Amino acid sequence: MNENVIEVSNLTKRFGHFTAVDHITFNVKRGEIFGFLGANGAGKTTAMQMLCGISLPTEGKGTVAGFDIIKENEKIKRNIGYMSQKFSLYEDLKVWENIRLFGGIYGLSDKVIAEKTDELLEKLNFQHERNTLVKYLPLGWKQKLAFSVAIFHEPNIVFLDEPTGGVDPAMRRQFWEMIYSASDRGITVFVTTHYMDEAEYCNRVSIMVDGHIDALDSPSTLRSQFNTESMDEVFRQLARKAKRAD
Amino acid sequence: MIEVKDLHKSYGRHGKANALNGITFTVKKGEIFGVIGPDGAGKSSLFRILASLILPDSGTVTINGFEVIKDYQKIRQIIGYMPGRFSLYQDLSVEENLKFFATLFNTTIEENYYLIKDIYQQIEPFKNRRAGALSGGMKQKLALSCALIHKPEILILDEPTTGVDPVSRKEFWDMLDRLKEQGITILVSTAYMDEASRCDRIALILEGKFIGSNTPQGIIDDYSEILWSVIGGKMSTLLSVLRNHPKVKSSFAFGDKLHITVKEGLQTFDLKQYLLNKGFNNVCIDPIQPTIEDCFMALTS
Amino acid sequence: MKQLIAFVNKEFHHIFRDSRTLLVILGIPIVQILLFGFAINMEVQDIRVAFYDPTPDAFTTGITERIRQNAYFNYLGKVNSMNEMEVVMRKGKLDLAIVFEQDFQENLVHSGNAAVQLLSNSSDPNRGSISVNYAMAIIADYQKDQMNISQIPFQIQTENRMVYNPLMKSSYMFVPGIMGLVMMIICTIMTSVSIVREKERGTMEVLLASPLKHGTMIFAKTIPYMVISFIDFIIILLLSYFVLDVPVNGSLFLLCLIAILYIFLSLSYGLTISTLVDKQVNAVIISAMTAMIPVLMLSGMIFPIDNMPNVLQYFSTIVPARWFIDAIRKVMIQGQGLTMVWKDVLILIGMTVFLLAVTAVNTKKRLE
Repeated sequence: MNENVIEVSNLTKRFGHFTAVDHITFNVKRGEIFGFLGANGAGKTTAMQMLCGISLPTEGKGTVAGFDIIKENEKIKRNIGYMSQKFSLYEDLKVWENIRLFGGIYGLSDKVIAEKTDELLEKLNFQHERNTLVKYLPLGWKQKLAFSVAIFHEPNIVFLDEPTGGVDPAMRRQFWEMIYSASDRGITVFVTTHYMDEAEYCNRVSIMVDGHIDALDSPSTLRSQFNTESMDEVFRQLARKAKRAD
Repeated sequence: MIEVKDLHKSYGRHGKANALNGITFTVKKGEIFGVIGPDGAGKSSLFRILASLILPDSGTVTINGFEVIKDYQKIRQIIGYMPGRFSLYQDLSVEENLKFFATLFNTTIEENYYLIKDIYQQIEPFKNRRAGALSGGMKQKLALSCALIHKPEILILDEPTTGVDPVSRKEFWDMLDRLKEQGITILVSTAYMDEASRCDRIALILEGKFIGSNTPQGIIDDYSEILWSVIGGKMSTLLSVLRNHPKVKSSFAFGDKLHITVKEGLQTFDLKQYLLNKGFNNVCIDPIQPTIEDCFMALTS
Repeated sequence: MKQLIAFVNKEFHHIFRDSRTLLVILGIPIVQILLFGFAINMEVQDIRVAFYDPTPDAFTTGITERIRQNAYFNYLGKVNSMNEMEVVMRKGKLDLAIVFEQDFQENLVHSGNAAVQLLSNSSDPNRGSISVNYAMAIIADYQKDQMNISQIPFQIQTENRMVYNPLMKSSYMFVPGIMGLVMMIICTIMTSVSIVREKERGTMEVLLASPLKHGTMIFAKTIPYMVISFIDFIIILLLSYFVLDVPVNGSLFLLCLIAILYIFLSLSYGLTISTLVDKQVNAVIISAMTAMIPVLMLSGMIFPIDNMPNVLQYFSTIVPARWFIDAIRKVMIQGQGLTMVWKDVLILIGMTVFLLAVTAVNTKKRLE
């Protein structure tokens, strides 16, 4: 549990005069569920893009899954999974076609894909939806499937960008139970959310304000540190300090 | 003010998502009515029918006595509608957008400025910026200003807070409260259960049906399950252990606690003992008041 | 009225702020004209021609000499029989055969009529047809000269379509074509895309929920593109006149009138498309497939309609550009008046009315 899969120091990204991410430093351990919180525009998305190897930092360094985020970003992409609320699966492909596609993208053999597809559908209780077009699935199901696909190639880390937005309460919890089981298998989960109750489900959370990380600890420590009952209030106290126009 | 009777809408063969299966409700003048439910439950379909943008398969809607199908032109005069996704012109500036929508409704910014002043002042410093270059929260404020500029009697807001952080969400609801004081009737939908308490009355929607409609307190009062919170020990194992107990009906994570519903006759003491036997020696179990989310889950299970 | 002005204003903002697209729509006519005028040589050269003249006389020799001296023709010689001609033609060594009838001069002098047959090698229909046209023009020219000298009315029977293009410049053929193409592209693609974009970005939802009348919106949408395509028309006209030396022989007023009518038609077509699709991509594809390609292929701009298979000839009658190009050629190059183009104009009006009717039927006051 003590091995760091993400190590980042002084990571900075500037767009012209605007510093979107301002010298952030943190580590994430293997198998940890790491909540990455912050108000809209605090710089979460930009930071995540740098970690996933799609955006080069202006300053600072870091490793993800043991690879350098500046020099080895192609290797990083092969060792992570990614899922967001906005895009996760191809709506006009069937369930199994999506699984095969993403399996193929990560270079799994047809045989492995076929075996794992059956296994996955069974685990999700999805067998009867095998040939359904993804667009006809309810959102909650879609997101559960998307998560399974994101970890289909057993990545070291999975990045989840607001995975549960708009999902109904029961489904949301089932989704988190899937996150737990992935974490138990040693997959590190890096997740952003706007549901503060979900922040409680994380081992540790960081809260970004105006491009820097203003708080980073376990939810219970943060709550006592800010002398309040809920993460909601912790978040509010920190976000209130934000100076950026939104 | 708004009367909806037995509304049905389907979308072809596969149209389970977004369909409506018999929706009936009324909204009184000057109240905030919240429609709460997950994506795909039919919230947007319902609001589009109310805004006269799509036709229902059957059922009737009257707004201020105007029939939504027949008198759609009159309805479009008195409503302010804000669709789910950002629907302004990204390549026009903040001010140009507002001006355009004012003219569209045959009014001017000056005429109704008092109404949007609170909201618009926050984005006025950026009035020459293109709308596309605004951040999420500012776009929202601009969209609300545009929906308000013609002083509508009814505001129809489709998921205005989706993807917005908790602080901005709270601010947004504060703005709605001030609009309500001006006498504007507000119909708002959301997928965030915790926003229910900000409404005068709410309807919980799932798969095109209202599964409950009342004041937020009324919904909570109608809750009939025995609800306990459990805390202590590792969440995931605690969950599975609790689910194996024959008298536990459901157990779900709620923040740092678990909320469980149990069958009649089980005592907190018994359950504590059971957990102790399973190796959880530091658990707290307390009967608690349900939240709207608990109610929603009870109604959907 | 205020709504309309505000809307038109907004549309112009969209257009001017998307400077790349603006550059394209104003650049298209310039590039096209220069491309066709200088880079793409549509003129057919080195036409290999042979003659069969069973009874040589002053007229046939005169015609033969004229063609022989023409820079576009490569004179191969005379053949002694039709069979020989056929053999050479079949081997692909000949583009054009000119066959005089027996006793050409005699027939011409006595009956005032004589026939000359032009046989083109139509393995390349375009080249063949242009060769024929060139030859016809030369013959017609010759005939005119002879008539001036002899004052006797007579007729050499060839179809003298090219008589109005004595210089045989290809720019006379493609300038009307480019007008047809450019205005179709701009009006149809741009209007359909700009309406469909509102659907796609969700702004249509807000517009529909407002008291704005649908007709006002449609009208406002079309005004900017009407203006821009008329500017394009003027650009083409100026470029053709000053750079390519294409004359404006007919009434400029009539020319503009026909152009405006065609712009209306193209706009209506754009509107029709916008009522049928929901995605910008589809709008572009459909506009391109149904507006651009037929204009290029079936309007007579590049490939002469007479050389097409019958099916395509019938099909070309529903391509608006065919009638527009025909009318523009008649007015601009041939200097004809309304009496000669009324048929084209009526057809264009009919098509516009039809498209507007289809649009009106399909236009929805709601989202679906």
